[in-house]
Amino acid sequence: MPDETPIPAIHDIGGLARFHCTPVEHDEAPPDAFGKKVDALRQVLAQKSLMTVDELRRGIESIPEGDYFALGYYERWLRSIAGLMVEKGIVGKDVLG
Amino acid sequence: MAAPPRPESLALLDRLMAALEAKGVVTEAEIAERQANTDKASPETGARMVARAWTDPAYRALLLSDGKAAAEQMGVSMAGAPPLGVLENTPARHHLVVCTLCSCYPRAVLGYPPGWYKSFAYRSRAVREPRVVLAEWGLNLPDSVEVRVVDSTADYRWMVLPMRPAGTEGWDEARLASIITRDALVGVAVPKVAGPRPAA
Repeated sequence: MPDETPIPAIHDIGGLARFHCTPVEHDEAPPDAFGKKVDALRQVLAQKSLMTVDELRRGIESIPEGDYFALGYYERWLRSIAGLMVEKGIVGKDVLG
Repeated sequence: MAAPPRPESLALLDRLMAALEAKGVVTEAEIAERQANTDKASPETGARMVARAWTDPAYRALLLSDGKAAAEQMGVSMAGAPPLGVLENTPARHHLVVCTLCSCYPRAVLGYPPGWYKSFAYRSRAVREPRVVLAEWGLNLPDSVEVRVVDSTADYRWMVLPMRPAGTEGWDEARLASIITRDALVGVAVPKVAGPRPAA
């Protein structure tokens, strides 16, 4: 079933028809070591006033659609955080590889 | 289930950490300490809050009017956290919490959000067909019960105050807390008394 109107942005998926037939899996696993480290890094950078939740969101919400759905949850976070640190001149562009 | 991070993501994290350490911005030890603190948060806190609300009318009133203050009374630091709203289930109304945009969740009182809460399926379907999602997970609500879905955001987090089930009369707070699951605090389940009910 196609969505009747274009979605405003890729993260805004509330009600999106494409997932209607997708069961909600009982995925109870806690974040893996990678996820926990990214999560902690975000908190530490926020404590040091080097980034905000809104900046994190901007970085995540600007990921192109294909990558947004292909990357894992904390992979999207990391991409946003790394982009922000480069954008702010805190680390060099070479970090992005 | 969530796929493991791809090698390029692991490499990106290593490069970012190395660069941040080289600039003196963060240390591995700081990150590890923060992670250890984060790991301590768990739904047991939310369960204790609900158990107290079930037994203490004054605490119940506080919980419903100011969730952050109610959490702090339990010894949880809510400094810097957004407001915590608490949604009271009644015989006529059931609440379900979702974050359609990402994963906003009252982490201080519930811990890390589970994988399903962050899933595309839950985020998109919870607001469109909540009764179907709940039924798939074994919670069949009669039509007479209104289902109210509340969207948690970066600026305002939500938790459910479930109804105390029958058969728990006389229980103390700890015993009550033992039947209050994380799922009940999000609204995808309701507390149940395990085992056969004693004969009347």
